[in-house]
Amino acid sequence: MNFPILSSLILLPTIGALFILFTKSSSEKYQSSKYVALFISLANFLLSLYLWYVFDKNSVNFQFVENREWLSGFINYKVGIDGISILFVILTTFITPICIISVNATITTRLKDFLIAILIMETFMIGVFCSLDLVVFYLFFEAGLIPMFLIIGIWGGERRVYSAFKFFLYTLLGSVLMLVAIISIYWITGTTDVEKLYELGIKTEYQNLLWLAFFSSFAVKTPMWPVHTWLPDAHVEAPTVGSVLLAAILLKMAGYGFIRFSLGLFPIASENFTMLVYILSLIAIIYTSLVALMQEDMKKLIAYSSVAHMGFVTLGIFTMTQQGIEGSIFQMISHGLISAALFLSVGVVYERHHTRLINRYGGLVSIMPRYAIVFMVFTLGALGLPGTTGFIGEFLILMGAFEKNILVAMIASLGVILGAAYMLWLFKRVVFGEMNNQELKNMKDLKTFEIITLSALVIPILFFGFYPEPLMNSIEASVENTLNMYNFDLINNLASKN
Amino acid sequence: MENFQYILPEIFISIAIMLFLLVGVFKKNSSNLIYSLSTISLVILLALIINLSSQDKIYLFNNSYQIDNLSNYMKIILVGSGVFVMLTGSKYIQVINLNKIEYPILILSSILGMMIMISSNDLIVFYMGLELQSLALYVLASFNRDNLLSTESGLKYFVLSALSSGLLLYGCSLIYGFSESTNFDQILINSTEFNFGTTFGIVFILVGLAFKISAVPFHMWAPDVYQGSPTSVTLFFAILPKIAALSVFIKFLYTPFANMNDQWQTIIVFISIASMIFGAVAAIGQKNLKRLIAYSSISHMGYALAGLATVSNQGIQSSITYISIYLVMNLAFFSCLFMLKRNDKYYENIEDLSGLSKKHPILSFSFLIVLFSLAGIPPLAGFFAKFYVFLAVIEQSMYFLAIVGLLATVVAAFYYLRIIKIIYFDPEKEEYETSNNLGLKITLAISTIFILAYFIYPSGITEIVSKITMI
Repeated sequence: MNFPILSSLILLPTIGALFILFTKSSSEKYQSSKYVALFISLANFLLSLYLWYVFDKNSVNFQFVENREWLSGFINYKVGIDGISILFVILTTFITPICIISVNATITTRLKDFLIAILIMETFMIGVFCSLDLVVFYLFFEAGLIPMFLIIGIWGGERRVYSAFKFFLYTLLGSVLMLVAIISIYWITGTTDVEKLYELGIKTEYQNLLWLAFFSSFAVKTPMWPVHTWLPDAHVEAPTVGSVLLAAILLKMAGYGFIRFSLGLFPIASENFTMLVYILSLIAIIYTSLVALMQEDMKKLIAYSSVAHMGFVTLGIFTMTQQGIEGSIFQMISHGLISAALFLSVGVVYERHHTRLINRYGGLVSIMPRYAIVFMVFTLGALGLPGTTGFIGEFLILMGAFEKNILVAMIASLGVILGAAYMLWLFKRVVFGEMNNQELKNMKDLKTFEIITLSALVIPILFFGFYPEPLMNSIEASVENTLNMYNFDLINNLASKN
Repeated sequence: MENFQYILPEIFISIAIMLFLLVGVFKKNSSNLIYSLSTISLVILLALIINLSSQDKIYLFNNSYQIDNLSNYMKIILVGSGVFVMLTGSKYIQVINLNKIEYPILILSSILGMMIMISSNDLIVFYMGLELQSLALYVLASFNRDNLLSTESGLKYFVLSALSSGLLLYGCSLIYGFSESTNFDQILINSTEFNFGTTFGIVFILVGLAFKISAVPFHMWAPDVYQGSPTSVTLFFAILPKIAALSVFIKFLYTPFANMNDQWQTIIVFISIASMIFGAVAAIGQKNLKRLIAYSSISHMGYALAGLATVSNQGIQSSITYISIYLVMNLAFFSCLFMLKRNDKYYENIEDLSGLSKKHPILSFSFLIVLFSLAGIPPLAGFFAKFYVFLAVIEQSMYFLAIVGLLATVVAAFYYLRIIKIIYFDPEKEEYETSNNLGLKITLAISTIFILAYFIYPSGITEIVSKITMI
């Protein structure tokens, strides 16, 4: 296993981007650069599938580890994956080609630059999920801001500048404290290597502050209430593909970070702050669901539903139970697929009718039957109907929550009902009902590429909804290992106190 | 006199200056020739310094002049950036009709003064170097003498700088009075016990140096001088005096005043925090790019000083790394500015950048890289500069300084983003001429690639810098 497969995964999109950059930019060539991007991203997808195939699911260690000297001997470039991160890598490589296929529907200007931005973004996102060194992680985590800022700012809607700034500054502000924490960890323990840190552990007296510093970054990125306000703005103004990337992958970085770093490095602090996370998650679930009910803009509604769904994720992670954490990971993957699909579906009608206001639509089922079917699958997935991935995630999270705290679990269950309410109401108002708006009559049903992208998303949503075993299989050992380490540290801490 | 070969670079450049002056007086219309000759002599000077740099510590002229790792490295980046300043500015001074023989000669003599400053190990030698560079800078600032702003900036710089030099001299005399020596090493030996005289002396000297480096609260001259001077001079101002002043800062703090660190540490921390915050906040409302970069450089100096405040080798090295990366970013930024030319007029307002990305994708991309790097966003070089500084600061558990510094970067990110917004998101304006100036293009390409690819091999500079130890 000497071939640096993870580094290739990370670098391949950048190489593709450079290739596109140096090809001539005339308008006829636009198509060709799109094919290049598609080819590169599909190759990356296949590579990641191969990775999944050769990945040893029973091992709890990090695999395919590459460790190179990087920062004058004291910080190494270290990447590697375990059962948790491999799923996020595959999610990233799976969503990117879908984004690239759907590009020509929404992006009319500067297509080449857009493709480059997406490919660079893919590099950074894969990097986040693979990195096994805190500094390398921070590097990828922050670097993703640059392409996303440009995607929102250049190709966004009317208030794009405001949204792009808000997105950038919010996330940056959250992250700088994490940098302080990372450097502090270096001076406390002498390393930023995650594997070594797992072994060494961090002294109890430092954990609370460090945990809070990491939390400030992840909470903004997740986003958790009350720092979620950048998300609806960013989603509404971003182009469809930007929203897809944002919802499907960017939000998952924080959830992943919670499991990998907050739980793994600061178990005692995580235990101390569990109640805080519970409360913030519950507020996110209930409050943003209610806000979602009142939205008139489709994208905004889905954005708020994302906040609510991520509330479930954080809740599940901090139940510290096998079911809860597995459910959270499953929910993140599922939300990645479903929210991507929902934003693409909104993009389909937006491109035809140029408005996202719900009350301008109605009765689409009679003119766009195919669209109605796929949109229904996604709606049902989002509200967690059994048989879709959405159900399994939420179910496991609630199971974990019931084990730990019945009151929290009961309040969270209310969120499921609210979720069903706003999603079904959205579906009813857009797809069913009277067609009052005569302009809608001219709308055409799905085009070929839309069928390809949307059905590519329908298949995994239904397949893993009925048969979650392949995903569960790969995360089980790693989650168990994380939990064992976590409990071990807690017991040690108790013992040392007595 | 057997050690004469070690000051060969200084001797060489002094002779070159006088020679060029003679050529300029006796040969008509020789300004282009002298400009090229000066550039070449800077390259030779660089080679001479690099040739010497294998030497360890050498003391010359009764210990009043010292050549060591610090001075060698600082001289290399000083002269190296001097070469690039000459390369980028050549076309500019022709276009705005400033191509006179005095211009390159003044730059050379200023560089000579800085080299003496960097190597000095004695208060008198130091002051001599300082005044040589300052006098040249006064003239350079007002070089565009028909321009009101340029004249104003020269005068302002002269008056304020003379004041600060006065304070500095007063500080020197106090130090001499209380430690009975002007030699740095001797001062260190003689000032083991605390006394008020020396403390006052330190404060006055630090004020003078803070003025040269344009740190808050002695920054008032910087925005006006940056804006008023011809752009090529502004570039010079933005880089070279700062390298020299930072080097002297390190020298002063860690040689003669090394025992007094409890006295000066608080001052440096205060200056550093004030510069970081002020530079970040004041830049937000600016409309002129040169004025904006003046505020930006104030805040960058704050970060460089934060490294010095740590009283550790790690901190000194991080400051030196910071200034090295800072100078490349400034070179790149000003190279971009020199590209904004239309009908023999250079544009320097932020609005002039509106929609630049549609017609000039490569130039805009360079701007993008430079601005994100100045803001300190990974994976660009500017991030690593800040990273090293905070690594050193947190090692000494100075969390307050670190957190304030990092929060200031978020504020600073706002105005850098604003420029990016204007370049990329706003409607386009008239096209600019494509530049055919090879030196400028090379500088822009080298500096942008350096910033962009720094993360691939970040230990290069660190390894060189790690040889510089003061404690």
